[in-house]
Parts: sequence; C-alpha cells; structure tokens
Amino acid sequence: MFKDLFRTKPKYVTVRPQAVSIKQDTSAGLWQKCPQCMNLIYKKGLEKNYYVCEKCGFHFRIGVWERLRQVADEGSFEELHTHLASENPLDFPGYSDKLAQAQEKTGLDEALIIGQAAIQGNPCMLAIADFDFMAGSMGSVVGERVTRTFEAAIEEDLPVVIFSAGGGGARMQEGILSLMQMAKTSQAVERHNRAGLLYLSVLTNPTLGGVYASFASLGDILIAEPGALVGFAGPRIVEETTRQKLPNGFQTAEFAMEHGMIDKIVQRKDLRHTLGRILSLHGKGLVPSA
Amino acid sequence: MRNGLFEWEKPLYELELRIAELQKFTTEEDMDLSREIATLEKKADYLRREIYQNLSAWQQVLLARHPKRPTTLEYIEMIFDDFIELHGDRCYRDDPAIVGGVATFEGIPVTVIGPQKGRDTKENIRRNFGLPHPEGYRKALRLMEQADKFSRPIVSLIDVVGAYPGIEAEERGQGNAIAECIRQMSFLRVPIVCVITGEGGSGGALAIGIGDHILMLEHAWYSVISPEMCAQILWKDSTRASDAAEALKLTAEDLIGLGAIDAIVPEPLGGAHKNHQEAGANLKAALRENLGALLKIPEDSLVEKRLARFRRLGQWREKAVVVSEHR
Ligand SMILES: [Zn+2]
Repeated sequence: MFKDLFRTKPKYVTVRPQAVSIKQDTSAGLWQKCPQCMNLIYKKGLEKNYYVCEKCGFHFRIGVWERLRQVADEGSFEELHTHLASENPLDFPGYSDKLAQAQEKTGLDEALIIGQAAIQGNPCMLAIADFDFMAGSMGSVVGERVTRTFEAAIEEDLPVVIFSAGGGGARMQEGILSLMQMAKTSQAVERHNRAGLLYLSVLTNPTLGGVYASFASLGDILIAEPGALVGFAGPRIVEETTRQKLPNGFQTAEFAMEHGMIDKIVQRKDLRHTLGRILSLHGKGLVPSA
Repeated sequence: MRNGLFEWEKPLYELELRIAELQKFTTEEDMDLSREIATLEKKADYLRREIYQNLSAWQQVLLARHPKRPTTLEYIEMIFDDFIELHGDRCYRDDPAIVGGVATFEGIPVTVIGPQKGRDTKENIRRNFGLPHPEGYRKALRLMEQADKFSRPIVSLIDVVGAYPGIEAEERGQGNAIAECIRQMSFLRVPIVCVITGEGGSGGALAIGIGDHILMLEHAWYSVISPEMCAQILWKDSTRASDAAEALKLTAEDLIGLGAIDAIVPEPLGGAHKNHQEAGANLKAALRENLGALLKIPEDSLVEKRLARFRRLGQWREKAVVVSEHR
C-alpha cells in the first residue's frame, strides 16, 4: 500500500533528558516563581506535582516528553513518522532560521510528535503538540502527522488521543499550505469517526486559530486543562477588532465550558486516570456480565 | 484611492481623459484627429497591459477589495435564475453576512451560498462588512446539507476577509462552527464548485471552501492570514502589509502552483469592477464547464476524489529511515 511507504520503524522511547520546557522559568536555581500567585515554589516539588502550583493550581506549560511521562504507560510509546522534515515551501523570509531556532530550543524536529501508546493499559494513537516549537503552529509536517495519526488508528482499529497546544494556529510561514492542513486533518478525523472509533481531544494552553478551528475541536469528547486558552481568534485580536472590554476569563477553558464548547475540565494530575477510564469505556470486547 | 481609481492607474486615466477630449474635439469642431487619437489609443493599450498584467501581490489585494467589485448577490443575479434566498441557522439567528438559497443554473437546480459584503456603508453595517458569525457558517452548512438531500450541486462564492473575531462569535463557538463546516462539506455526495471571487481570508474562507473544483478570479487573493495581520504579527508593523502579501504567495497564479486551486477565471482588464457584465459572463462560463465535468463523475467516487485532492496538499521532505536505529 501507498501508505506503507511512509511507515517508519518504530522508535522506542522512554523518557528523554531535558523533558521539561517551562516557558515561565526565568530563574536559575532551586526556586520557581508562580506567575499567577507569585509564590516561590521549590522546583523539586513542582516536578512531583505535575508542574502545577500547589497554592493556586496554576498549570505551568510542559513539553512533550514530560506530557508523555505524565499520561502514557511507561515504555509504551512507539514514536512514528519521525522522518518527516519541514521545508520552506514559499521561501518565506526568515522561516528556515525560525525552524532551526525552534529545533534548537525544544530538541524536537517539529511542533508535534505522534506514536502508538497505552494509557492505563488502553492502547491508542497519541499525538502531542509543543507550544515552544513556533507556538505549536500547524504547517505541512504537523498536518501530515495528525492525518497519519488518524490513518494509522483506522488501520489498527484504535482510538486517538491528541494534546493540542496550537496557540499559533495555522503556521503563516507556509501560507496556503498551512490552511489546507485544516482541511486535510478535519477530513482524517471524519474518516476515523466513520470507522466508529473514539477521538479524545485534549486542549492545553493555548489552543487557538486554525488548530482549534479544525481537528482540535472535532473530538468526540473535548477535555481542557484548567485555565487553558481555547478559542478561534486570540484575545488580543478580538479586543483590537471590537474595541470592547473582554469579559473576565474570556476564552479560558472555564469560559468554553460555560458556553458549551467543551465536555470537561480536568486537573493535570487526574488526566491519566480520566483518559484511561474514558478509553476503557469505549474499549472493544465489553460483554455484559452473566 | 480616489474616485474608485488606484494610484497606479493614474497615468492611464490621464491618457484616457486626453483621448476623450480629442474625440470630443473631433465631433464638436469637425476636425480630423484620428491619427493622433490612434497613436494615443495604442499607447493606452500598451499602458493598460503594462499596468494590469504586472500588478504586485499587494495591488491585487487592494483590487480584490475594490468597493465597486461585484458582490455575491450581484454574481448570483447575473449567473443564476429564480434565486430564492433562504435564511437562518435554526438555532440563534439569521446572519446577514452570509447569503444562500436555491436557484437554477442553466436549468439545473443548485444551492448557492456565499459571504455578502455591503454595497454601501449602511448595508455594510447591517452585514457586518461580510464578516460571518458562527450562525452564518451554520446556516451555510444547513443549506449545503439540504443540497445533499436533494442531490443538488453546490456553488460556493467566497469573498470574505475572515470569520468575525468578536466576543459573541467566540461565545457561540466560531472555531467549532468553522471546523464542522469543513468536516461536513468534505463528505457531501454532490458536486461542489468553490470560487474565490474577491477575498479568501483564512479559516473563514476555508469553512465554505471545500470543493471538488476550486476556482479563483484572476485578481482575488486567498491566504492563511490577511497580509496586514501577518505583518503585524511578524514585524509588529501593519504598514508592511505589501511585504507580507508578497511573502504569503496569495495570488491566483501562486496558488495554482501550490495546488490549492484548480483554475483561474479571467477578469475584465483592470478588474471585475470595471465591467460587471463581463466578469459575470466569465464566471458563468467557468461554472458551466466545471459543473458539467463534475456532473459526469459518478456519485460514489466524488467524495473519494475530493478527499484525495486535499490529502495531497502540503510540502515536506521524507528523510531516509535508518533501519538499524534503536536496534
Ligand atoms: Zn500559584
């Protein structure tokens, strides 16, 4: 099959070093200031607490490997399609440098990794986006990886779990090709949907623009982390266009929840368990007990 | 722009004025100036081609926004018969920024939809400058699903800077309304022809831009982001919109090369606003050809072909896979 040409050898990953990218981390040393409540937090404790402030519940941004460590069963992740590399299809000024900087900064080749994993024993296809890579924006490679996630899931008869962090929406440096990824990924979601399979979309801070207006908001079940920014146009654009004062908590997960846009807000420490439970509820082979 | 004329058209305009003057002189004073006029006409012809065939990306954007450019309803009037406008999303309200309904195209019943800009300030305010709210997209989707039920082809005429970035639009789920439109439109079992007639801005255009054939008027633009917003984000300077327009590769010619559109519909020299009838006739001819071709494709393979068309889009490199890695 055509698709098999692109099949990579599974790459076994446990947890890589430099797993954590905390954007908010400006201080060296043992202590980390919480940007919400301004308390100083002992970094070791922060790590144990899923990078959530114990005082106020602020969710620090985390990188893909830390996310993987928190939600997937240890050693279960087989990364797929690592061989796709971004180009600069429009010769957009400065794009190649930006890509290189993002790669340097995150240690990732692109803003999203995909693979097969298990969550509390439930096998699934898993994709995780990283905001620190060009604001988690979707260009050709991210779109292609998301699409292949659903295609692989259809082939393997598996549910899909995606952690979006596409604050940058569709990546403007790839122009129309980025916009077309919105179409491509939404179509892949629907193919998977029509195969009767489950798609859990987890919206992490922030999920906006073309990412939200395509695959990220098309899950069977939408979950968001507390306080995550979720919406179409970013708050600054809304404010500048309307010249209105934005309501309190505008476009936060809580706001989206109140307006019926998501199913559930889940604390980070409960995510693995919640995802595991939902996946097992949708598992195959459930038979009524005699 | 003054009197509907762009700065770059001025030399041509002055020449045309001069020709008109000479012509007037000829009739009024009964003098033969035909040789002078012919020379100037030749010069004007040359200048016209020189100007309109070498427009920069930014000039094309400005042209696509010309206030006298035909709007969706004007195209509908010129191209279709018996248009019956249908309203409302059955949930919240009727969004005047998107129009839609049933009509016949050369005798065939079709569903036609599209964002509608106002033709004057008053109408622009009523129609929110053609910037749709979620209910606009939900209305469009409702009408397209109806087309599917009655096996009517769909024509989507696109002229929109973007989906409205407002507080209420967000409260009512702008992002999800767009996503659902994209998803459902992709799987409709009827032929869909999309035409970017003016502006094709971002997700707000893509939401109604999933078709079997995607056409674009010669001077229309279609992009992931408006040039102004791109310049603002990248360089914190919206006055560099012309640089952004260049970089984004948003003209019809660029987009055909990238595979995002399938064909270009020619405009009257100088742009559709110069001659509505000609612009309408060109679009009608293009629709005849494209709908004709699509109606020959069996219903069963239509959706697969449409999906395959989008599946290909994007550009990346496939690095060689080292098989021994991690072994
Ligand atoms: Zn705190």
